[in-house]
Amino acid sequence: MALTQILAMVRKDLQVYYSDRRSVIMSFVAPIAIASFLGAVTGGRGAPAEPAKIPIAVVDQDGSTVTKAIVSAVQADKSLQVTTPTAEGAREAVKRGDVTVAVIIPAGFGQASGLAFFGGGAKPDVSVLYDPSHRAEMGLVRGLMTQHVMEAVSREMFGGGSGRQLVDQTLQNLDQNRMPDGQRAMLRELLTSAQKFYTQTPETETADRPRGISLPYALIEEAVTSGNDVPYNGYAHSFAGMGIQFLLFAMIDMGVGILLERQRGLWKRLRSAPISRTSLLVGKALSSSVIALAVLLAAFLFAGIVFGVRVQGSLVGFLAVSAGCALMAATFGLLIASIGKTPGGSRGVASLAVLLMVMLGGAWMPTFIFPAWLQRVTVVVPTRWAVDGLDAMTWRGLGIGAAVMPTLALIGFAVLFGSLALARFRWEEA
Amino acid sequence: MTPLMLDIRKLRKSFGDLVAVNDVSFTVAAGELVGLLGPNGAGKTTTVSMITGLIRPDSGAVLVEGAPLGGDTDPKKHRIGLVPQDLALYDELSAYANLRFFGALYNLTGKALDDAINAALTLVGLADRGRDAVRTFSGGMKRRLNLAAGLLHNPDILLLDEPTVGVDPQSRNAIFDNLEELKARGKALLYTTHYMEEAERLADRIVVIDHGRVVADDTLSGMRRLAPAGVAGAHVSLEAVFLSLTGRSLRD
Repeated sequence: MALTQILAMVRKDLQVYYSDRRSVIMSFVAPIAIASFLGAVTGGRGAPAEPAKIPIAVVDQDGSTVTKAIVSAVQADKSLQVTTPTAEGAREAVKRGDVTVAVIIPAGFGQASGLAFFGGGAKPDVSVLYDPSHRAEMGLVRGLMTQHVMEAVSREMFGGGSGRQLVDQTLQNLDQNRMPDGQRAMLRELLTSAQKFYTQTPETETADRPRGISLPYALIEEAVTSGNDVPYNGYAHSFAGMGIQFLLFAMIDMGVGILLERQRGLWKRLRSAPISRTSLLVGKALSSSVIALAVLLAAFLFAGIVFGVRVQGSLVGFLAVSAGCALMAATFGLLIASIGKTPGGSRGVASLAVLLMVMLGGAWMPTFIFPAWLQRVTVVVPTRWAVDGLDAMTWRGLGIGAAVMPTLALIGFAVLFGSLALARFRWEEA
Repeated sequence: MTPLMLDIRKLRKSFGDLVAVNDVSFTVAAGELVGLLGPNGAGKTTTVSMITGLIRPDSGAVLVEGAPLGGDTDPKKHRIGLVPQDLALYDELSAYANLRFFGALYNLTGKALDDAINAALTLVGLADRGRDAVRTFSGGMKRRLNLAAGLLHNPDILLLDEPTVGVDPQSRNAIFDNLEELKARGKALLYTTHYMEEAERLADRIVVIDHGRVVADDTLSGMRRLAPAGVAGAHVSLEAVFLSLTGRSLRD
């Protein structure tokens, strides 16, 4: 291979690329802008001071001690932002999207829930209105409501005035209950003991009452990052994803550029020179790799300066994964040039392919939210390896060992794309 | 005796069932300009493409000073310069940067490359525009730069595929002057054109191709003798001879 010719091709390709202001903006500015936005909305720099709250409405149509306790507990929950409109207002708020979920506690809930708590009465209905575009939040609200209702009802049952009345009432009606005799006897024993406990214990204020049923554990949450004092930096992931997306877009430009060179007769001039086919493709791959690497490193440099993103793991590993990304992207560009027929058509198809790759690779959203089968399938997508590899070397802070597989996988994809390009490249110029 | 620079022997090329070039043979000597004429689709560009190695012939040979032209990296390709029909230039780059790149493809570097670029730009009258982006050039200037790019490595054989398409008379005349200068330097020129008056003015010999075959290969005066009876003579136009050889039916 002739070094002079290859270097001349690299130099020329870089000159052509950097002379196109639109390409440069698209490659360097766009990923930084989009990654900055995505990073900000997915955690930003360090742990957020206050987590995002789910807006919900709670309508208390009962006004009993139990339901007031439920509303108080829900209002105190750090995960929820609670309003207390009327039932009609709550429905309108869900319809407008102002709140995600509205919980309507009907009249008589305090009494009925107490009776149902000991298994003897009918369960009261609680209406839950929700925004169908927020199903995930609906699940979370359901769980939190279960916790607060159980705590409030059990607390009242085991210490409150209405609990005392309900125990008396349940004991009186126990013979009408259709439960098996053995169970009825045990429940009578339990309620009698409770009645005895109430008789010997004066009624207390709400705040001083025992908690009733509550979660039997306390959560100690810790975000596992590269170190004990290193907070998660959402920008690290977003810049990895967007950097890869836009370096692939840059490679579409390079691939389409080869088609345009062919269309403009430039390829005839290249092919008429005493230069081998391998040198031509190596020159193109090299210049493309340089541009791709520049796009990725520029994005991370910006993220480092402005958002404090650091390579917490191995710097060598980070560079190896980045070089693997660049090589994979460069050969992807060659593949576009080899199978594409027209510049316009090729750009459209290639853009779709890139968008699918970055979507499945976890550049837009983390792959853990994918179904299990899709998570397994995405290992055949090169961008998955690229994103995982860069995440490992940045915010996860893993060692060089964690860079080996992603780098090898990316080189493997580069070999595959390059071989296909070599096999499919149209060398003859009529 | 004038050395034979380019010897085309029985070239044949087909694309599927279409035989684009069939048994084409002709020669170009040093200091000679051969006009290659033919209707659209006659096989001219395919012939030129085979000579420059852009297309591999099915059979036949291209001899450069008696030796067959080999593969992509054959050093004999250094002796051939191509001026394609398209304006094969990077509009985004300066004239100098374009020539620097094309020269490097022929392994020219350093002072040799700078000298070659300056000489080529001077020849085509663009020495004062070397640093300007090609996109700022007129069509005629681009055509002249296109010619300069084919001359950088000082080839002995120059293949010109319709090098004056779309240029004004001034630029065309400038290109003619350049070609006559190159011919005077002993270059072998193969000139493909649709303009009969260009061939009449420049060509020492004319090869007419039609349906992939050579139908005439002679000097201008010899071609005039091929005109149909009754119109032959010293003043008969090349176009009349051409039409008599290739017919009047439309080819596109």
